[in-house]
Formats: sequence, C-alpha cells, structure tokens
Amino acid sequence: MTVYIGSGAGFAGDRLDAGVAVVETLKDKDGPRYLIFEVMGERTLAIAQRIKMRNPELGYSPYLEPYLRNVLAACKQHDVTIVANLGNANPLGGAKRTHELAKELGIKGLRVAVVLGDDLLGFMGADEVASLPTIEGVNIDGKEIVAANAYLGARPVAEALKLGVDVVLVGRTTDAALVLGPLIHEYGWGTEDWDLLAAGTLAGHLLECGGQVTGGYFCDPGFKDVPGMDDLGFPIGEIEKDGTIVITKAANTGGLVTRATVIEQILYEVHDPSAYLTPDVSLNITEVRLEDDGKDRVRVTGARGAPPPETLKVTVSANGGWLAESEMIYAGPNALARARLAADVVRARVEKHGVTEPIRTDIIGTGAVFDNDASARERAKNMPMDGEYRLRAAIRTPDKATAQYVNDEVLSLFCSGPAGGGGYRCNITGQVNTASVLIDRGPVEAQAHAQEITP
Amino acid sequence: MSKTVTVPLHAVAHGRAGDKGNRSNISLVPYIADAFPYLHEQVTPARVMEVFRHKGATDVMRYDLPNLPAMNFVIDNALEGGVNSALTQDLHGKTLSFMLLGEIEVTVPTSCIPPGSRYLS
Repeated sequence: MTVYIGSGAGFAGDRLDAGVAVVETLKDKDGPRYLIFEVMGERTLAIAQRIKMRNPELGYSPYLEPYLRNVLAACKQHDVTIVANLGNANPLGGAKRTHELAKELGIKGLRVAVVLGDDLLGFMGADEVASLPTIEGVNIDGKEIVAANAYLGARPVAEALKLGVDVVLVGRTTDAALVLGPLIHEYGWGTEDWDLLAAGTLAGHLLECGGQVTGGYFCDPGFKDVPGMDDLGFPIGEIEKDGTIVITKAANTGGLVTRATVIEQILYEVHDPSAYLTPDVSLNITEVRLEDDGKDRVRVTGARGAPPPETLKVTVSANGGWLAESEMIYAGPNALARARLAADVVRARVEKHGVTEPIRTDIIGTGAVFDNDASARERAKNMPMDGEYRLRAAIRTPDKATAQYVNDEVLSLFCSGPAGGGGYRCNITGQVNTASVLIDRGPVEAQAHAQEITP
Repeated sequence: MSKTVTVPLHAVAHGRAGDKGNRSNISLVPYIADAFPYLHEQVTPARVMEVFRHKGATDVMRYDLPNLPAMNFVIDNALEGGVNSALTQDLHGKTLSFMLLGEIEVTVPTSCIPPGSRYLS
C-alpha cells in the first residue's frame, strides 16, 4: 500500500486553483489519498482571533470557502480526504461554513471533524500565559494578549480521521501534522516509532509549503530554470509504510521536482538539522539521502527520529501599534541626489515634530533591502545619479495619529520637497507582535481532542 | 584539473532564506556536488558574519549536510528585529539568500560551475 498526500496551498494567499490538478491526479491513485491546505502563519491566528471577538461565527480562515469551493465535490466523489488548518481561530465555525458550502454545491452526506484544544485562552487566564518562559520574540509581559495557541502534534489529527470523516479542520497544529496525522492513521505508527514519525514529519515539511518543492520560489532565470510557472504543479507525496517518501507533483502541470528543489525545501526554516523539534518527534535530517526516481520524482530516505521535548511551543500574540510606510519616486538626471535630499527633509521634519520612534528611509533602487536602518551602504557607495529611485519612509508608532503624520510628511514633499517627485503611495497597518513561549505538554494535550461536527 | 576562477557564490550555488523571529536561516546548495568541499573550505561562518554585520548580526552557526550536499547557515539577529519590529521592506529577510550569493566570492575550478553558465563567458 502507498499513501498519497497532495498539497492544495502552502500559505494563506496561495493560488486558489492549484488543488484542482492535484485532485485530478490523486483520484486515479490506488491507495488512501489526502489533500492538505496549510494557510496559517504566526500572525494570521491573532488577526483571526480579533475577527472572532467581533463576530463569534467567524475567525476561521477567510480562504476556507475559496479553496474548498474548487475541490470539495471532486474530493467527496473520489474519496480524497481533506486535512487543513483552515479552521484557524475557529475550527467549529469553519466546520459550520463547510457544511453550508456542501449544501450550496449539492454535495450529500459530507462529514466534517475538527481538532480543538490549541487555544490556551480557552482554558487558561491571560496572566498565566504571560508568565510562561519566552524563547523568542517580543516581551509579552504587560501587553494585551490577543491570542495564545499551542502547536499540537499529529495525534489529534489521526484521532479525527478515525471518525471516518471527509474533511478535518484544525487550528494551530504543526504544519507537518497535516501529513503525519494521515500517515499515523493509515499505518498505525506507534508513539515511539521514532524513525517512522521522523519520516512522516519530513514528508510534511516537504509538502507543507505547496509549490516551494515543485519549482515555486526557486526559479532564477538562466541559472535555475523552471518550465510552466504560470501553471505550477503542486506536490504529491507518495509515502510507504517503511517511511520511504517519493516527492512528485500533479500530472500535466508546470514546475519540476528535482534533487535541487527538494534540498531547498528540506532546509527551509530549519535551524539545527539534527534536531528539528515537533510535538511528535525530534527530526534528524543529517543522514537523509535523495535519489532520482524518474522525471519529476525524487525518493527521500534516511530521516532519523528521537523523543520530542516535554514542552510545546506556543505562539502568543499581542497588539503591536502601527506601521506607517510611504513612498515617492524620482527619475532622470540627478535623481539619486533629489531622492536623498527628500529623505533628509522628511527625517528632519519628523525629528523637529518631536517623534521619538526611529524612522527608516530607504532609497529603493540602490539595493535598499540589503542596507540597514541608517542607509550606511547607500551613503558609502558611489551610485549612478541617473536612473529611477524611490524614496520610502517607514516608522512604527504606538498610536495611529503619529503614523498618519509621518506619511503626511512624505506627501508634503510634492510642494515643499525636491524637484520632480511623484507617484506617492502610502499605507498604515495595525501590527501584531508575537512571542514564542513554552508550556508543559501534559495539561494542553489533555485538552486536545477531535470531534465530528454535524450540519 | 580545470582552470580556477574567482566568482560570486551565485555562480556555484543556490539557496533559500527562512526566518524565525530575529534569526535567519539560509541554505547553500552547490549546483555541482564536487563544489561542496570548496564551499565548505571558503564559505566560513566568519565570512558570512561579515556580510550581515551591518544589519546587526551577532553570531553565525554553520551546519554541514554533506549527503545532500548542502550547508545551512543560521544567523542570529540578522533581521533588524524581524517581523515584530523591523522597518525594512523585507521583514522576513526573504531576499537575503541573494545577498549571500552576491556578496561572497569563491575560487573554484571551472568544472564546479554548470556548463553554459554566464559566469563562464
């Protein structure tokens, strides 16, 4: 037996139609088949939590409907089980919306389950959360906490699949759990089958970012060419009971799967490759071997596992003030000098106004993104004075009025700044700050459970 | 042995950047496996640190994966605060893989550069 797991999305904002070709390929496979959607980042949860506070019906992913609409009928018809973190801050609300969508599409008998228990604020006080040890990110002590969600592992996902449902909606689990959950369910891997759990986690890690393993975010024209990027095929993992993984992609699509595309994704967001920590297993990829297995097929073996930590990672989100960004463009003779002068004028005005937060000015076109807040490189480099340069000012402020004021200073360059500025654009966005904290796994895992939601 | 040339890393290797908080990880993958020992010898944590120092980087760890082959660089405090507090356009440091590829030069035999590369003409 082989288990086939395809990806329909690797982040919130991924192509809405990518899953269609994946289901089209999966439906002819002889074996259990799954389609995953991974759409949660650290900040999406906090934003969803805020939406849920205003309307308790909402807070599931705003992408739930557009992604599922394209594949739900075909998945139900061909027995492709959907496992997705489209539940976001409200898996229950997401399940309800999924049933409504099924009704609208004329799909009969759709069964949906959710995984609950990742939301710490559901059973802990905010004060208690704030006292947990921080490992990364902002200091949350004293800040207004908007969301606190623990990364659950694959066990509750497997528990949900045992209910025999067509769709599993989760909130915060590890991304890899969307893949490891189905594998535990199908193969009955035990809690101490470390190397198998490691292989399933690695399969999840390779599939969770969608097209990033099939030539997306990879092409560098003339150096790493990728065919058909306008119709990039999303990945399918073929996983055996012994943990052997083959990464391939949807049939009749663009993109490619090579050892190089797989290596870039293996190391994506990995720090110590001998200890990639998840609630299910500590994954060691230092002995992983890749072999070509035909066109657009790479075989991955050699994942090693060790017991996971006794703690779970929790993402805590707090309100983080405002980010103001504004831009103005300068072109033609002496453009760089005029853009630099504009930057100096804005900095001087903002300082005179008494704004104490640091402001950054970039001159886009000079390699600004590789520069630092003080534009040290741009000032030191002998750049051409001709061309096209875009001034950008950025500041983070606790209040929206100051953010607006700084944008207005850039706007005022029209009549009071250097000659020939144009193309003003601005943006003010509310910010969410996050911190990663650790919590003992026992009490959280006691809350984690799967539940079928009927229409 | 083929002639030796000095070229940007971009001629010899590719990579991808990821973020966790204020820490960046950048993979470095040779196009041709035989280039790995040259990269391993020349792309040291100290040289990578010099590329990111002006951004506030404080430490560079290098992890070797000769099986793949690839190296993984983990650069502490490289993201000017990261998504929580950076003012740069690229809060996640997604572009930084190309900074590494563009700003470090290596000396390798021409056989370590893919045939037909613009760096060979």
